[in-house]
Amino acid sequence: MSEAAAQHGPPQSFIWKYVFSLDHKIIGLQYYALALVAVFIGMFLSWLMRFHLVWPNAAIPGLQLLSKNGAPDGLITPEYYLSLLTMHGTLMVFFVLTNAPFAAFGNYFLPIQIGAEDMAFPRFNMMSFWTTFVAFVVLLAAFVVPDGPPISGWTAYAPLSAIGKDAGPGLGMGQNLWGISIAIFCIASLLGSLNFIATTLDLRAKGMTLMRMPISTWAWFITSCIALLAFAVLLPACLLLILDRVAGTSFFIPAGLVVSDRLQPHSGGSPLLWQHLFWFFGHPEVYIAILPAMGIVSHILINSMRKPLLSHKVVIGSMMAIGFLSYMVWGHHMFLSGMNPFSALVFSFPTLMITIPATILALIWLGSLYGSRLQITAASLFALGFISMFVSGGVSGFFLAQPAIDIYLHATYFVVGHFHLVMGVAAIFGIFAGTYFWMPKMTGRMMNETLGKIHFWLTFVGTYCIFMPFHYLGLAGNVRRYSSFVDDFMAPLMPVHKFITIAALCTGAAQLIFLYNLVHSRFWGPVAPENPWNATSLEWTIPSPPPWNNFGGIHPVVYHDPYQYSVEGAKEDFIMQNSPEQVETPIPS
Amino acid sequence: MGKLFAVTVAIIAILSAVPIVMNYWGPPVDISTHGAAIDEQMHQTMWEAGIAFLAAQLVLALFVWQFAGRGKNDKLKSFPGGAKYLVIAAFLFVGTEILALGIIGQKAWASVYFAPLEKDSLTIQTQAGQFAFYFRYPGADGKFGTLHPDKINEGNQNFFGLDPEHDVDSRDDIIAGELAVPVNRQINLMMHSKDVGHSFYVRELRIQQDFVPGLDLGVHFTATKTGQYEIVCTQLCGLGHYNMKAYLSVLSQEDFDKWLKDKAAQ
Repeated sequence: MSEAAAQHGPPQSFIWKYVFSLDHKIIGLQYYALALVAVFIGMFLSWLMRFHLVWPNAAIPGLQLLSKNGAPDGLITPEYYLSLLTMHGTLMVFFVLTNAPFAAFGNYFLPIQIGAEDMAFPRFNMMSFWTTFVAFVVLLAAFVVPDGPPISGWTAYAPLSAIGKDAGPGLGMGQNLWGISIAIFCIASLLGSLNFIATTLDLRAKGMTLMRMPISTWAWFITSCIALLAFAVLLPACLLLILDRVAGTSFFIPAGLVVSDRLQPHSGGSPLLWQHLFWFFGHPEVYIAILPAMGIVSHILINSMRKPLLSHKVVIGSMMAIGFLSYMVWGHHMFLSGMNPFSALVFSFPTLMITIPATILALIWLGSLYGSRLQITAASLFALGFISMFVSGGVSGFFLAQPAIDIYLHATYFVVGHFHLVMGVAAIFGIFAGTYFWMPKMTGRMMNETLGKIHFWLTFVGTYCIFMPFHYLGLAGNVRRYSSFVDDFMAPLMPVHKFITIAALCTGAAQLIFLYNLVHSRFWGPVAPENPWNATSLEWTIPSPPPWNNFGGIHPVVYHDPYQYSVEGAKEDFIMQNSPEQVETPIPS
Repeated sequence: MGKLFAVTVAIIAILSAVPIVMNYWGPPVDISTHGAAIDEQMHQTMWEAGIAFLAAQLVLALFVWQFAGRGKNDKLKSFPGGAKYLVIAAFLFVGTEILALGIIGQKAWASVYFAPLEKDSLTIQTQAGQFAFYFRYPGADGKFGTLHPDKINEGNQNFFGLDPEHDVDSRDDIIAGELAVPVNRQINLMMHSKDVGHSFYVRELRIQQDFVPGLDLGVHFTATKTGQYEIVCTQLCGLGHYNMKAYLSVLSQEDFDKWLKDKAAQ
């Protein structure tokens, strides 16, 4: 138990306390801040895209300052639209959906929830964050290189991404920076997930058995196992891509390609190899984003309902099953890619199978609500909203998992609607829930509940207004990744696009309420007590914010399962995990 | 506030279903022999997913309506049967759905990808390049000339890189910017990419297939209704991706023969 503490003492100066901190809590906050910057940039890019799609001839004042070539006179060019699209996807998937629910909250709360004083490897932990930061800066640098950011999408399909400048604007230095950034990000994530795994397995407090870990900790643990395997494949894939681009190799480029009237000097590579490697990472990545949100939401919901979920074990088992199955399904992104059509059948089956643990989770959440004493807070509203979004995004997956239906829906807005709801919005709802719930612990200040609820209503209704119509567009065959809709059959869909754009602008603006609430509460919010939500897990047994060594040098001892709410015969309606209070009939989990 | 949440979720769920039930923006009428199976699969899935979606959202609304805001004096209840029955239900219902849709659905997939090549099928080659589709018909000899990427020259309209000087087979090859096909005859579309990944998508035909650079693929279909339809590229291929399109003309056999003759004469 004391290993972590032995590695670093209290921070001595500003730089060691707030910049190159070894403290997992500061590192968690750093990840959160990074994700916050990334999410606002990413959202701004989506605004530009949505604006351009419906008002292509309206200039956006000042945009030429961001890119002289990409937006001359404030008008977005088709290639700059694709640059925005690539950067939006990359920022959101890597720097928001991986960073916030997993790296930020996980870093802050995993060690505390298991009763540890820090991560197993605090220096690695600091390195993970700063490596991620470097990846972020390298990615953003693509905005300022003369050629602009890459236009090959966040999936960077080869050979478009591999050939170089000939293939189009942004595919020179911009694409190099993209590859380098993602490779660096992979290293950071590998270090981070190793740290999470070692911490969970080695640093649990006395009495903290695996089954006594809160569901959120389980979710971060399972996620780190997934991330370890996923990023370990994306890293070499990115390195090979970079080699193809700068060293003249041909891993992903076949012979005989004529690009920009130039016969390319490559031979022997396979574009499908990139797709396999990318999606071997890419599909588990979906669960890297969503599993922590599932854990966070479960953790919060239990507290709000004042009773545990119907089964602790079934929830954990389902999350494990999802993690396990996530490695067998990557080919469902490639049904129409030209791989052997028999393999579509093989990949389709496990994809459909994931529906079973996902349905079990949804049913457990719903069933647990029955007969509860549900308290409505900003956090619990976002947790409930998560369930709604998860269901909505999940059912559309049932269409796309079937190769025959994918023939029609692949590469349409149906897919965009699907993944935005299930991995984007649902995960973001998990982040919001976590923020409203844990910010008092992280900053020592309560957030404003009224503003939180207003933020919820605008976001909840707004995101449905944005993403539900995406499915209708997809059913009509509206192709994604188009910078304008010149085809006859897409023109009549313009009113739907206008509706979506207006909803996106409004919902985006509503996020400023959140930002205001976050910043204002951080400095001027009411001081948070130790346990404002009457919760049971270990993070609520220590001051808000916790001291540098979490438990003040005392090693907590755990006596109870994580969610002892409304136990008969107990003094309060909850028993904290480290409370020595004994009751006759503890709630079995 | 719990009741407000319940009402909002219920309204959103029902409103979301309206455009689907009313079929405001559904797929266009199918013009292929295999499309009916895909449409049927989609229809079945829509029913099952739709019911699951509505049921889950409405139950969420109902429970939040009923149990939000209950205080310490209200008795806690547990869901009848607990987790066990929910797990069994998930395995049973979702399992059945997976078996039904998954296994039956393989037929629809097979009707596209495992359809045998018929004797009288017509082979047409399509080449995708930044940012246009071109189509090649073998001409009177029934043979395609060999492709020479180094000979590709858009300036003199040698889009495919043919070498008629040395290659006899290529001399009568017919090149077109639109895909004309005879109605009710199986087409064997050989797909070739000139540069990067592209995709061939015709909504009415219920066909979408990627072009893979370095890997020529064949896809079979039979169009059953004459008319003109849009072919669009659905694989991100560069700055002109949004504008990469061509037309599919499904013609009667006579019209097709005439079209081919006119093209050959050009």
